[in-house]
Amino acid sequence: MSEADKADCKASSVKRSTEKKGLSRRSLLKASAAVAGTAIGSDVVRGFPTIWAQEIKDIELRHVGVSYSVVKAIGDQAAKDLGFKVTMQNLDTSAAINRFISQPDSVDIADLEGWQAKLAAKRSVIQGIEVKKIKEFDNILPIFTKGEIDGHKIPRQGISPYEAMYIAKPNATDLHDGVTEWATFLPQVYNADSIGYRPDLVGHEVTEWKDLIDPKFKGKAAILDVPAIGIMDAALCFESAGLIKYGNKGNMTKQEIDFTCEKLIELKKAGQFRATWTTFDQSVQLMAAGEVVIQSMWSPAVAAVRVKEIPCVYAPVNVKNGKEGYRGWCNGMGLMKHLSGKKLDAAYEYLNWYLSGWQAGFVGRYGYYSPVPSTAKKFLTAAEWDFWYDGKPAPSVINDPYGVPMEKAGTKRDGGSFLDRVKNISCWNTLMDEAAYMNKRWNDFKVA
Amino acid sequence: MSRQSWVAWLYVTPLMLVLVPFFLIPILVVLVASVLETDGFGGLIPTFTLANYVGVLTSAQTFHLYAATLKFTALTWFFTLVIGFLVAYFLVFHVKNQLLAISLFLICTVPFWTSNIIRMISWIPLLGKEGLVNSALLGTGIIREPLEVLLYSSVAVVIAYVHQLTIFMVVPIFNSMARIDKRVVEAALDSGASRLDVMRLIIIPMSKSGIALGSIFVVSIVMGDFFVVKVMSGGGSASVVSAFYENVGVLQYPIAAASAVLLTVILIVVISLILRAVDIRREITQ
Repeated sequence: MSEADKADCKASSVKRSTEKKGLSRRSLLKASAAVAGTAIGSDVVRGFPTIWAQEIKDIELRHVGVSYSVVKAIGDQAAKDLGFKVTMQNLDTSAAINRFISQPDSVDIADLEGWQAKLAAKRSVIQGIEVKKIKEFDNILPIFTKGEIDGHKIPRQGISPYEAMYIAKPNATDLHDGVTEWATFLPQVYNADSIGYRPDLVGHEVTEWKDLIDPKFKGKAAILDVPAIGIMDAALCFESAGLIKYGNKGNMTKQEIDFTCEKLIELKKAGQFRATWTTFDQSVQLMAAGEVVIQSMWSPAVAAVRVKEIPCVYAPVNVKNGKEGYRGWCNGMGLMKHLSGKKLDAAYEYLNWYLSGWQAGFVGRYGYYSPVPSTAKKFLTAAEWDFWYDGKPAPSVINDPYGVPMEKAGTKRDGGSFLDRVKNISCWNTLMDEAAYMNKRWNDFKVA
Repeated sequence: MSRQSWVAWLYVTPLMLVLVPFFLIPILVVLVASVLETDGFGGLIPTFTLANYVGVLTSAQTFHLYAATLKFTALTWFFTLVIGFLVAYFLVFHVKNQLLAISLFLICTVPFWTSNIIRMISWIPLLGKEGLVNSALLGTGIIREPLEVLLYSSVAVVIAYVHQLTIFMVVPIFNSMARIDKRVVEAALDSGASRLDVMRLIIIPMSKSGIALGSIFVVSIVMGDFFVVKVMSGGGSASVVSAFYENVGVLQYPIAAASAVLLTVILIVVISLILRAVDIRREITQ
């Protein structure tokens, strides 16, 4: 039986089980619809179970966000399992946050990073997610819900998902430090970003960010050109090289921004960077075409280079001597403020579906993680689980989400197990308080 | 209202229906945003401030950005003009069969049946370190090391622009050259004018309107673009628009709006200079 068949089989078994559970799900929805109805006041008459299935057919949820997080195949599966329409729409990070803020009614589920959740709450375009209605909430890793894992405190340089997770009341505009009943967003996918390199051309194992700015790789290095996070990659490099010690890489002072951008300009003038990249494809292209040998990179991009049979390693930049570490990111789903009544119920159904495992299995097969590994496990084969989550040598050939073989048996995932990685995240994607100034200085670097 | 002015208003209505909602109102919104303050979270504080303009106008960065953008504009304009002019000249004066000339003209448009982005991206495998051009040059032994300057450089940006925009020169120049009475050229040659004189004294002056129109297209497109610069320079260069696009990305709307207004003003000045040099209306209706 091929992997694709297995996936099919799983999909249909999911469907069967949903069908079986259909009645109870409907009555549950009816109950929640009634609750929501009373809350709103005018909606009480709605929501008979028999009518429900008929009515939800016409519901359409628009889930909007970046392409690596909002994936059509996942939306299609959700629509199949849930019985209403799900449309996935992709925008780049900056276009997405602009749309959430300026046209909130054109979006139902906003795919937000931690810092975007903070902004969206501030602008009142999202409503709090009632934690009680999320079935798997207690199984979400404490990284997100409590800011720790196995007694290890998750660093809060930048905006950690935990920091952005809670608000005190459903319509609060300021984040709340500490656990509450209301979430700004529901984490759905995350990873730890690092450096990708060509082991054959670099010649030694890379475990430190400073290799990216080593003059040895002059004209063969590249860096990420999304100012808010590119500057953090640069900061990791400079800190690693011992040039500076930042108070908070995720929220630099003006002096720190100046130092970082001046240093970048100096490197650019010396010809260190072959290019900068903004999209996943560009980074794959740069590495695969031999333009660069080392660059800041995302895990699936490294995999995409390897599929072309070009050796490429995802550097394990574990924290050491208070330096290094991965730059973590996490995307979660936010409920837009305009959702109400049946559409809001459908949205909760959708969030619950998202954490129920199918999506976790899907993103797991290209190296991203689910916040609820316990459900992911059900949708991954034992071999996939060992390889992707446990960091063990692959017991058999590992396929990508679309069934294409991508790793030979015996390969080990770079960076080790899931826990090894997340515990070595040293900062999170962010928007700094001095974002406007940082952006201006980044433009200086670009035009230099 | 007299009948005549009523009819005149009717004539301009379609144009107004396009211009007001799609140009006038958006530009007014941008103008208003450019004098407001931001709360840093994408909100606009209703005040009146010129700080955004002061910020933009007194920053050395603005100067560098315009220098970079004008460099690309000038180079692109020059190459598209030379190539566009020669292509149009060939089609009008050297291809005697009119049907053939029109077919060749249509063939010029074939590359434009696909998207701008695809045409730009297809240069990347051609110009890269391990690309076709470098492999060919290395293979023939002309160079020993791959030429890095071909891709992710200003050269690459200009190549992509010229490829994308030459058609905007060809079409209007072809159009105005086609109106030149061939007998004028013959008469000049009969009276002993050299080919160069014919070009200098007849063809160039009589194609002025086409050149001006083509220039307006090319200049305004290059100055208003950021994507080609971003991709083809490998992020190594910036342009006026890319800088304020980054500002929009971090929700700094007022400063982005002020930059946009400044760019609009500069473009209006450039275009009116072109129009002042060539009275397009008179040339066309001649």
